[in-house]
Amino acid sequence: MKNMTDFPSQAPLLEVTGLETAFEIDGELYNAVDGVSFNVKPKQVLGVVGESGCGKSVMSLSIMQLLPKGIGKIRNGQITFNGQSLEKLDDKKMNKIRGKDIGMIFQEPMTSLNPVFTIGFQLAESLHNHFKLSKKEARGKVIELLDQVGISRPERVVDEYPHQLSGGMRQRVMIAMAIACKPKLLIADEPTTALDVTVQAQILELLQGLQETNDMAIILITHDLGVVAETCHEVLVMYAGEVVERADVVTLFENPKHPYTELLMRSIPRLDEEEEKLASIEGIVPSLKNMPRQGCKFVDRCPKAMEECRTITPRLSENLPGHEVRCLLYETSWNREGMSAK
Amino acid sequence: MNNIIDLKNKDKAASSHTKKETLLEVINLKTHYPIKGGFFRRTISHVKAVDNVSFSVKKGETLGLVGESGCGKSTAGRTILKLLNPTAGKIMFDGEDITNLRGSKLRQRRKDFQMVFQDPYASLNPMQMVGDIITEPIHNYYPKKKSREIKQEVLELLNRVGLPDDAYYKYAHEFSGGQRQRIGIARALALKPKLIIADEPVSALDVSVQSQVLNLLNELQDDFDLTYLFIAHDLSVVKHMSDRIGIMYLGHIVEIADKHSIYKEPLHPYTQALISAVPEPDPKRKKQRIVLQGDVPSPENPPSGCPFHTRCPMAVDKCSTITPELKEVKPGHHAACILVD
Repeated sequence: MKNMTDFPSQAPLLEVTGLETAFEIDGELYNAVDGVSFNVKPKQVLGVVGESGCGKSVMSLSIMQLLPKGIGKIRNGQITFNGQSLEKLDDKKMNKIRGKDIGMIFQEPMTSLNPVFTIGFQLAESLHNHFKLSKKEARGKVIELLDQVGISRPERVVDEYPHQLSGGMRQRVMIAMAIACKPKLLIADEPTTALDVTVQAQILELLQGLQETNDMAIILITHDLGVVAETCHEVLVMYAGEVVERADVVTLFENPKHPYTELLMRSIPRLDEEEEKLASIEGIVPSLKNMPRQGCKFVDRCPKAMEECRTITPRLSENLPGHEVRCLLYETSWNREGMSAK
Repeated sequence: MNNIIDLKNKDKAASSHTKKETLLEVINLKTHYPIKGGFFRRTISHVKAVDNVSFSVKKGETLGLVGESGCGKSTAGRTILKLLNPTAGKIMFDGEDITNLRGSKLRQRRKDFQMVFQDPYASLNPMQMVGDIITEPIHNYYPKKKSREIKQEVLELLNRVGLPDDAYYKYAHEFSGGQRQRIGIARALALKPKLIIADEPVSALDVSVQSQVLNLLNELQDDFDLTYLFIAHDLSVVKHMSDRIGIMYLGHIVEIADKHSIYKEPLHPYTQALISAVPEPDPKRKKQRIVLQGDVPSPENPPSGCPFHTRCPMAVDKCSTITPELKEVKPGHHAACILVD
């Protein structure tokens, strides 16, 4: 399914422009997502990669309008889904889209299901809300869904409680719930992180199958570069709330440009290669409060940092067609005179 | 002359370990957890977490144990440390049978084997300063040592694992996950152990931090002459760290060999499936993924015969009746499958 066909002519299904999501800390607002723009075309699988704290989950919550009330809020930017501006919708209208047109799989299959309701009840809820199905119809549909996500003996599982299922099965239930209304877009936030590799393989296979049969676009948020390589068409690499690199999956893996992407790729041990020493990125992502206000946010951990990186804020610019990088090393427009000192 | 150089050159190469002494030997180890129930909370059955596991680790070597959750790899590690009592079998450490050691004898032996835990958030006392956390084991075993000396040692340890001096007076919550894991490693090193059992030491860490900790563990192995038993579920991480790898499934070791043979020619169908399931960071490669059906069966009620036959794509009728033994198929390469010969 991972053919390298582009999606040039299609109008984007989801368009995010200049998204800024801030959290309030000690009375001040700090941007956790800082000016992120991207498109998702119908049937496209977009990967979002980055370390914890890079803002990838906050971004998905912003799209779903599920930010914790009173603490986090969207300061700037537009989120256009299917021609509708999501950030302007009130809760009632948003509820009609959430779960129906955009489905979401949450990270923790252990805690995202309600322990006191049966699987069937929890799955039927969205069907009931969006399609006004009767109880009996909904039950039939739920069994069908469970079967579709590969749960054996669905007619029994439908009456079971979450604790009676294994981790892999719970994640399947979460997927069934997300795809119940055949959404056009599925946001999967670390869908396989808590699972064993053999179960992960099952879930990825399942997602790919559903993407094809349901003509669904997927935003796959993960930190696992292996998963990205196997499933995505296009990849956003995020660091400290910003997109630092965007490219199609082959280009990104063959020719990573940003020093962060490059290090990330070389820091994972690989099965097919022998490496004496892994690359490592010194230090950690600066906290929201300590984020540099000027210059590149990666400067303190970057092995290729120059003097200018502290003062000139790099822009996300197209290095090659379809390949964007946020790094002064690849920017041509800034004053090059400073470079001669190097 | 060449020989002398060879001996001095502490090579981690797999070929050299055959001549080295065995540090740890585990023979037919079984650890069963009782399940209590009924009116008087009698034992009604057992979870066979570790069932007939045998392996040995040579001095200076790293043995990796891999398997999915519930395969018994952590229980095996804890039993070897004697944090759990084995139900049957024998644990030989440095030529001594430690299976039935108790009390002060066990305590004295324990300083030679230490553990690095999985969760760096839960394994450090939040009420203690980092200095005290690392001082405690030294003080316990050498109560007559002067505190100034101990402090010097602790500071050296902190620096060795990449933490600054002022970490001594800080508390665990002031550190990031990777730094906490470094503190855990320093604590394990404090008594200059011979064997370190690392149970999923990097699974709670981010990829970039994970590589820092893996590199550190590799450096320390050379510096302190350590032997590792490295337990993890991530096959690529284990392959990076280990000389030999044992694959566990439902309490059994199904295959054990040096890491190159395991990866290049896996013999057991489970190993093959496991390797094929690891996503490779290479978008161009079309991998033939073997997707196993279903979940791991409950270890309380394991399948008869070969424990893997319920999910095995190659299972034949005999598999449900004959329990395969771990046999040496090629030199140094053992597998437990009746189809492999």
